Amino acid sequence: MNRENAVLEMHGISKSFPGVKALQNVDFTLCKGEIHALMGENGAGKSTLIKVLTGVYSKDEGEILMDGFDKPVMIHSPQDAQNVGISTVYQEITLCPNLSVAENMFIGRGKEVLTDWKKMNEDAGKILESLEIPAKPTQQLSSCSIAVQQMVAIARAVDMDCKVLILDEPTSSLDDLEVAKLFKLMRDLKARGVGIIFVTHFLDQVYEVCDKITVLRDGKLVGEYTIAELPRVLLVSKMLGKDLDDLSDIRSESQEYKGDGAGKAVFEAEGLVSDAGIKPFDFYINKGEVNGFTGLLGSGRSECVRAIFGADRVLGGTVKKDGKVIKIEKPIDAMKNGIAYLPEDRKRDGIVGDLSVRDNIILALQVLKGFFKPFTKAQASKFADEYIKLLDIKTASQDTPISALSGGNQQKVILARWLLTHPEYLILDEPTRGIDVGTKIDIQKLVLKLASEGMSVTFISSETDEMLRTCSRLVVMRDRKVVGQLTGDDLNQNMIMNTIAGGEDNE
Amino acid sequence: MSKDKSNGSQFWNKIKRSQMLIPLAALLIMVIFNLIADPSFFAIKLGYSSAGYPVLSGYLMTILDCGSELAILAIGMTLVTAACGGQDISVGATIAVGGSVMLRVLCGGNSHPETMQAPIIVAFIVGALATMALGAFNGVLVAKFKIQPMVATLILFTAGRSIAAWVNNNELPIIKDVEFTYFGGFIPGIPIPTPFFIALGCGIIIFLVLKFTNLGLYTQAVGINESSSKLNGLNPDFIKFLSFVILGLCVAVAALIKVSRLSTINYSVIAKDIEMDAILAVALGGNKLSGGKFNMGASILGAYVIQFLTTTLYKFDVPSDALPAYKAIVVIALVVMSAPSVREKLQSIKKSLSSKKVSKEVA
Repeated sequence: MNRENAVLEMHGISKSFPGVKALQNVDFTLCKGEIHALMGENGAGKSTLIKVLTGVYSKDEGEILMDGFDKPVMIHSPQDAQNVGISTVYQEITLCPNLSVAENMFIGRGKEVLTDWKKMNEDAGKILESLEIPAKPTQQLSSCSIAVQQMVAIARAVDMDCKVLILDEPTSSLDDLEVAKLFKLMRDLKARGVGIIFVTHFLDQVYEVCDKITVLRDGKLVGEYTIAELPRVLLVSKMLGKDLDDLSDIRSESQEYKGDGAGKAVFEAEGLVSDAGIKPFDFYINKGEVNGFTGLLGSGRSECVRAIFGADRVLGGTVKKDGKVIKIEKPIDAMKNGIAYLPEDRKRDGIVGDLSVRDNIILALQVLKGFFKPFTKAQASKFADEYIKLLDIKTASQDTPISALSGGNQQKVILARWLLTHPEYLILDEPTRGIDVGTKIDIQKLVLKLASEGMSVTFISSETDEMLRTCSRLVVMRDRKVVGQLTGDDLNQNMIMNTIAGGEDNE
Repeated sequence: MSKDKSNGSQFWNKIKRSQMLIPLAALLIMVIFNLIADPSFFAIKLGYSSAGYPVLSGYLMTILDCGSELAILAIGMTLVTAACGGQDISVGATIAVGGSVMLRVLCGGNSHPETMQAPIIVAFIVGALATMALGAFNGVLVAKFKIQPMVATLILFTAGRSIAAWVNNNELPIIKDVEFTYFGGFIPGIPIPTPFFIALGCGIIIFLVLKFTNLGLYTQAVGINESSSKLNGLNPDFIKFLSFVILGLCVAVAALIKVSRLSTINYSVIAKDIEMDAILAVALGGNKLSGGKFNMGASILGAYVIQFLTTTLYKFDVPSDALPAYKAIVVIALVVMSAPSVREKLQSIKKSLSSKKVSKEVA
């Protein structure tokens, strides 16, 4: 070990995939009791570095040193990683939904052949209690909310006596309260001397909890910095490799469109209710307007737009297009009426993993066109090329399976799919979740551009400032109910918080 | 020179990445084995049938003949596998039902009629409706009631042969008309077995269907990600249902060939274990048995390779009881070879070899 107090050192790590150099000669050092943010755009190599460290990928070159081992450690499988004391919690939950919470925490760990169920449940109960996780050991995991599942995954990792804990986007599906709990947990672990690698896209969180930042760009190391020496603006410019005028550009652009919502409603809904457990709600959107649904996690934002799109079973209410009543029972009905929906969970509801980028792009338009009218390969290629260029999708070729792309590029492909249908009304549910700053800005800019061309857009995001930047009207939700609407001067952080929390003029 | 080399390697890479590699390699190995062991395996003799027409015979003709019914089933099985991520194990039993229905229609009331009581095409259509109805039954269980395909089709796997016997009151109808034997044998004057032409026809039809409709794209999308397909306006339940109905039609074609061969039916033996060969054909074609992407050509080729294997084993006097054991060994080898983890390993070995070569060249 070169550095004192280091628990993990990675030297000269390189890894290539066919056609891509994912990592080139990257160094990374983690000290004991340190929370170290790993930052970079999509495709910068964060995920690859993590996967090399956890044995999912084998590195082409370089060595990994760990405290307590006098030779470089060889990590060829996730099991190896666990054995040397590296635990990981991934962005997507990788537990078994149909097992109990306790089983999930202990599965694959004991060397005993027989399981002492009672002891296991007791142990699990203790850990859950100490971490204040609201779950029972015997509860089936799938009956917990996503946030709780995430915390169970962390509990599992923490309990494995790890020296290095990797948190890969653990907060992307947690609300503020849960994030605070997680941070408390991270600080506890830090005090115990665990080194934590924290991968996130939320800048606020980095500055709230981290000690050091390592920035990667295009598979190369940009540098390692302490929090104090790297102010936010500098960090973003290092990640992007350019100055940060873009962000301010967007703000001024969106300013022009605010208050422009006095047009005629394109789509209206009255008393709409679905089987997803939301209260009946009214809704309208004007031509060329960008509005948004906001509220805490689980407040019913997604359920509302899913009801409009017919993704959940609609139980009642009417939808009107240009004043005429239309019937939307299934997604295809909505698509025929010019509605497009980019779903919240990209992996589960968006991408068709093994299919090529091209097939993923044309899918929705193809379904609209009909079963007996397939596009020729030339047509499909033309569409794909056009949108790969337009949205700057980084892919080796059209034939690459979409699952091989980075998260942000997958999202762009799904976006391309819907833009190709030339919708009148585009619903974007968390389009920027889990993707890098650069792509986020691209998507926000695109939304404003589309709106200026007359498209109506609903934009949902957990990041309020993103909503403020893009939307000219916000529908606020609480407890599965629409509780208010904000426009004009009311569109500010405080007002949103007040409405969400249920201020005096709401109840 | 280097350009030529890269072109050549590109071509090689294309083959290697294609799903055809495994079935082609398996075929090649068996061809070489037979060439060494006994080249007479490849002999094709021109003989005459009892009616005096020329017919070709030999092991290759047997493969062409018997592999064809398997190829037809493999078409439907590939679609079911791709859409549902599971397999239909009832095809052997539903072949019995389809065949029984066809014979019943041809025989009318009498089980040993002198002439056929209905045109063959009518019998085929009625039989096909029956097998498609059974396919629809399986399809509803899988698509609507979300039962795993193997479990859902277990019902007909168990009950099918009894239903087949019941259709003909457990009698053994016999068709004496020579015209009926054409489908499973030879058309007078054409020395190549008819099933091959039927399979060719089916192959061309499915090729055209895949080219001129979106069956392929929809089936794969549903098989890969059902939830996403739904949000893109597809109806996954219907696609799954459809795949079972198409398999039902394939079953009817195979049933016609089967009963035509014998001009009668043996309810408990006809098409026994054929479902396993059909599933193997799909697997051998490099298609994921968990659904999603598929390659129809590879499945069809896989069917003939399986038959090649069966015939080779027969040729070397492996008793029919022991046949499955031998087959299993070969199949294990093939399926393991095509497993992604093994492929990855082989690739990394190849990579390290080539990098050594490069470093030597540099030195």
